[in-house]
Amino acid sequence: MALLEVDNLSKAFGGVKAVQDVSFAVERGLVYSVIGPNGAGKTTLFNLITGIYTPSEGDIRLEGQSIAGIAPHALALKGMARTFQNLQVCMNMTALENVMVGAHLQLDRNLVKAMLRFPGLARRDRELRDEARELMRFVGLESYWNLGASSMPYGALKRLEIARALAAKPQILFLDEPAAGLNSRETAEIDELVRKVADNNVTVVLVEHDMKMVMNISDRILVLDYGKKLTEGTAREVRENPDVIAAYLGSNV
Amino acid sequence: MSGVRRHYSLMLLAAVLLLLPLVLPNNFYYDIVIRMAINAIIALGLNLLIGFAGQISLGHAGFIGIGAYASAILPTHFGWHPLLAMAAGAAIASSIAAILARPIFRLKGQYLAMATLGMGIIIAIVIKNEAAYTGGPDGMPVAPIGLMGFEIAGEKQWYWVLAATLLFSFWAAKNLIDSPFGRALRALHGSEVAAQVMGVDIVRYKVAIFVLSAFFASLMGSVTAHYIGFVTPNIADFFHSIELVTMVVIGGMASIYGSLIGAVLLTALPQALSTFEGWETVVFGSILMTCMIFMPKGLVPTLAARFGRNGREDP
Ligand SMILES: Nc1ncnc2c1ncn2[C@@H]1O[C@H](COP(=O)(O)OP(=O)(O)OP(=O)(O)O)[C@@H](O)[C@H]1O
Ligand SMILES: [Mg+2]
Repeated sequence: MALLEVDNLSKAFGGVKAVQDVSFAVERGLVYSVIGPNGAGKTTLFNLITGIYTPSEGDIRLEGQSIAGIAPHALALKGMARTFQNLQVCMNMTALENVMVGAHLQLDRNLVKAMLRFPGLARRDRELRDEARELMRFVGLESYWNLGASSMPYGALKRLEIARALAAKPQILFLDEPAAGLNSRETAEIDELVRKVADNNVTVVLVEHDMKMVMNISDRILVLDYGKKLTEGTAREVRENPDVIAAYLGSNV
Repeated sequence: MSGVRRHYSLMLLAAVLLLLPLVLPNNFYYDIVIRMAINAIIALGLNLLIGFAGQISLGHAGFIGIGAYASAILPTHFGWHPLLAMAAGAAIASSIAAILARPIFRLKGQYLAMATLGMGIIIAIVIKNEAAYTGGPDGMPVAPIGLMGFEIAGEKQWYWVLAATLLFSFWAAKNLIDSPFGRALRALHGSEVAAQVMGVDIVRYKVAIFVLSAFFASLMGSVTAHYIGFVTPNIADFFHSIELVTMVVIGGMASIYGSLIGAVLLTALPQALSTFEGWETVVFGSILMTCMIFMPKGLVPTLAARFGRNGREDP
């Protein structure tokens, strides 16, 4: 059984059919990419799978269990984590604290124990601080660890979101355009980072416009166009598919 | 921040509280300091809600009123022990907060402001109208409170009670902010959607912090009632709610010590301005406006940034 299965998924916003009858499956341990021109429905697809939107139709299964319509915080408990195309970093916190929030579900969230700073809770928090710092090193942000998120540059914030998502120890990680707005050197670093994540047995679902990165890194690729599945296959199959070439030439990408 | 450093600011606060009696010349000044402490504790609870979790409440005086009147009514009319009455008040205020919070926190921004505003006004009206129990607009006297056969009386004793409560509150608030619960609160303020995908059940957290701040507001309402020995419906009214929000905003949102500074300033200013005879409200308003124009983030965060701490105040 595939880790993630999406069956005939549709989402309409009023008259706009953002996702139409899309089906695919992601095997555990793969890097699975979703590509398509602007407005193809990639982010909407992520929002449906991660519980931000409820599907108009269709089903989503994680490890065989239907998860369509489940709230995002409950999905986090099932090992889902994601980053956002439009950054969603908590600017009112430090970089390190952002990463620590990622570990939310592994911690004791009791209010009274927190106020009285129970020793166990305080100890776990200190350990977490070290773990979060380690994660920041992993994504190449060690020099920022003590900084407020609001004073970090854009490229660093992109990586901070990845570190935060990894802190959740997800089994499946959704990355929505992690290299968007980055220069070629930064993009190469993200490419390398995604590989490292995948090597750590995290299944990665990637949306990315940088074709070089997508073609190099992906085990399989899903192509969306106007909300519909155009094709799905290996990098090579996708690259040679005439429909894909037409869709991309048609939209000047 | 860990170990001893965590507690520098608390130790400083403790030292100030210990030494303050040496310089307070008479009961008039004790009284002002006690009111500052009460306001600081309420503002602190409100700051957790407004500054840290990013949710507004314009009805918090309602909760203070519930605590104050529980402490006035239950011992007088029903012979309850004042401590039990205080606990009952806090339980009632928390329950009302919990029941209201779920529907309220599905709303945002101005809706939330309106909903909490309405809630505060309703509580104030009930207090005014139930004259048989509350004394109506004239208010009612409150029995003294005792701890283990020892009655708290006089400004000096109340000072120590409140100094200890203040210190404890600031310690607890600092702990909370720097805990998984507190980080979840701040995260949902920073980005609700990010907090959700990290596993934070945002409605639950908003409800929890609203209930907590209502709980503390009610407790401090009880303390106020016993300290003054008399309550009037003014304690629950809209202007009191606004005054508390102003303390939070002027002192600095999401700043623990901002709540303290805001409470100290807003309690002291009207006294200091009393020489302006009739114009004090105008001067008061002008000072507040000037503060907000030049320090929109509030006093403590602005000053902390000025004196270089990465723009982030140690919470
Ligand atoms: N919340 C929403 N309300 C209404 N329409 C929406 C909403 N979200 C997305 N859409 C529409 O759905 C379509 C797909 O948008 P989506 O953001 O999923 O595209 P995308 O493939 O991620 O594009 P891009 O590459 O530009 O990020 C677009 O036409 C968009 O305008
Ligand atoms: Mg998108």
